[in-house]
Amino acid sequence: MTAVLELTDVVKSYAGHPPVYALDGVSLTVNEGELVGIVGPSGSGKSTLLHIIGTLDRPSSGVVTIGGHVVSTMSDRRLSAARSSLIGFVFQQFHLIPSMTALDNVATGLLYTGVDLTERRFRAFEALQRVGLSHRLTHLPSELSGGERQRVAIARALVNKPAIILADEPTGNLDTRTGEQIMGLFHDLNAQGATILVITHDRDLAEGLPRQVHIRDGRLESDSAAVVAA
Amino acid sequence: MSALAVRDEPAATVDLGRSKVRLGDLASVASSAMGSRRMRTLLSALGVTIGIASMVAVLGLSESSRADLQTQIGKLGTNLLTIQAGSGFGAGDATLPVDVTTAIARIGPIENVTGVVTLSDPVLRNSEVNADATGGVQAVAADLNLLATLNSSVAKGVWLNAATSDYPAVVLGATAAERLGVTTAGDGQQILIGGKRFTVVGILNPFPLAADLDRSAIIGTKAAADYLGATLAPSTVYVTTVPAFVQDVRTVLAATANPEHPEEVEVTRPSDALEAQSAANNAFTSLFLGLGAVALLVGGVGIANVMIMGVVERRAEIGLRRALGATRGHIRDQFLMESLMLAGLGGVAGVALGALATFIYATTQGWQTVIPAIAIVGGLGGALVIGAIAGLYPAMRAAALSPTEALRS
Repeated sequence: MTAVLELTDVVKSYAGHPPVYALDGVSLTVNEGELVGIVGPSGSGKSTLLHIIGTLDRPSSGVVTIGGHVVSTMSDRRLSAARSSLIGFVFQQFHLIPSMTALDNVATGLLYTGVDLTERRFRAFEALQRVGLSHRLTHLPSELSGGERQRVAIARALVNKPAIILADEPTGNLDTRTGEQIMGLFHDLNAQGATILVITHDRDLAEGLPRQVHIRDGRLESDSAAVVAA
Repeated sequence: MSALAVRDEPAATVDLGRSKVRLGDLASVASSAMGSRRMRTLLSALGVTIGIASMVAVLGLSESSRADLQTQIGKLGTNLLTIQAGSGFGAGDATLPVDVTTAIARIGPIENVTGVVTLSDPVLRNSEVNADATGGVQAVAADLNLLATLNSSVAKGVWLNAATSDYPAVVLGATAAERLGVTTAGDGQQILIGGKRFTVVGILNPFPLAADLDRSAIIGTKAAADYLGATLAPSTVYVTTVPAFVQDVRTVLAATANPEHPEEVEVTRPSDALEAQSAANNAFTSLFLGLGAVALLVGGVGIANVMIMGVVERRAEIGLRRALGATRGHIRDQFLMESLMLAGLGGVAGVALGALATFIYATTQGWQTVIPAIAIVGGLGGALVIGAIAGLYPAMRAAALSPTEALRS
């Protein structure tokens, strides 16, 4: 199995007296095709971990490798390129652009890869098909239900065929039933081979995932994969 | 360690390349952002529109009026010179020598020379009116080539000819006819000059360069001598020269007209007055252009304001775009593009509006509409420069936003 994500002794600290450690020596490996839940209460450092895995932030020390690329030392420009091709984000607030149709919102996922518009739209259409929204191409976000909006956001995360999909509280703004459907979609996508990391504070939600990593006070508390291995 | 190990793997040699975005895509992103906030877009572009429109209109109007003046000057000819008995020291109401026109006609490059003798005889509508109520109308005796020299024409009736200039016949200037209440010519209408009856044979169109003559009742020189006993010493002589020799003729005119007292002779070139008017218009043009620039500046401030607001409102969008792979440069370019398009929109509308205003005003003035290329190019260029300046700070701010901060909402 190839490692898609490798964190080695990742520390994120903020200057102060004493310095604040948001992450205090986190090491984690995620292999291709895994569906992992990262679970922790608020303030546990899971958001910081998400930002660092998503290359939106750099670690103070330690090494982050995604899809074979060491991203922890890249320049801002190269990190942007890494995000455009290696990572797909799904947010709690969906973050769709209100003035754009579902199709164009998904196509925006390819905007910074230099692909032309026809190709972007074609691939966006394929991605929307995968999430079961091929009948909602020309709808604006305001015309979609919460669950449909999150599906559009997931299609946008899929469209650049990323090495890993990062979902930050993906059901946080949805009712339980819709939330379950979204988790079901993640399971389906995972079954088709996608590597997915779901960050959540919801232990019940994490229970349904094949592997759970618990985080507290900036340290990994437990990792179900390690338990299995042991 | 792991970094080295990874680098040896073939998969790692796949180059991530660079984030890139097409210019056209950037433009469509910017225009869709503007489209979703239509009212705000229109209002913020309006400031630039007003600034550019006023500048284009000012340039257009000044150019149109200048063109009109130039056409007038061209029509009249810049080769007309006027010689008057000046108010030299102790000269009193001086006149030129009687044979002045003959003397001037001897100068080589002369096309036409014509003298006008001012008569002191009062001009009256009829014997019933108060003898002092001349309404500023004066009697003059003129040579027959006056009309040809001054490029003027008859509005009603006919000009004097060899026969009528010997008899009590009069042609009225446009203003003189109006003041005397004479509206028809050639139907036996008579007026009194120096108590003698003169028949009105014609009424003239206004003289473009000799307003004095508009207030005159013009009779022939022989008639002036025979009926009014006038001395035929011209007070004004009009000369047209071969165009290339205007300055040469001008320098010798005074001495030729009055060899004994050249200092008493005043030589002027009436087209200079129009040139001066054209120059005076230029002074106003600069003033209004300055006002237009102020309006444009205010428009720019408006755009900067709207852009800063947009950056604050669209933090989440900025964060999302960074997460999708946009570099700082892409974010900066997107906002800069939006600001440029806003200002460009204002600029295009402004040029159109300014041109329209120029066309309407010029048409009411009977001018030809002239919109100088510099106004169009400068208007659009100015708008874009303002847009770039106004957008720079908000764009830099948007670009400087860290992705994690932008996504935290």
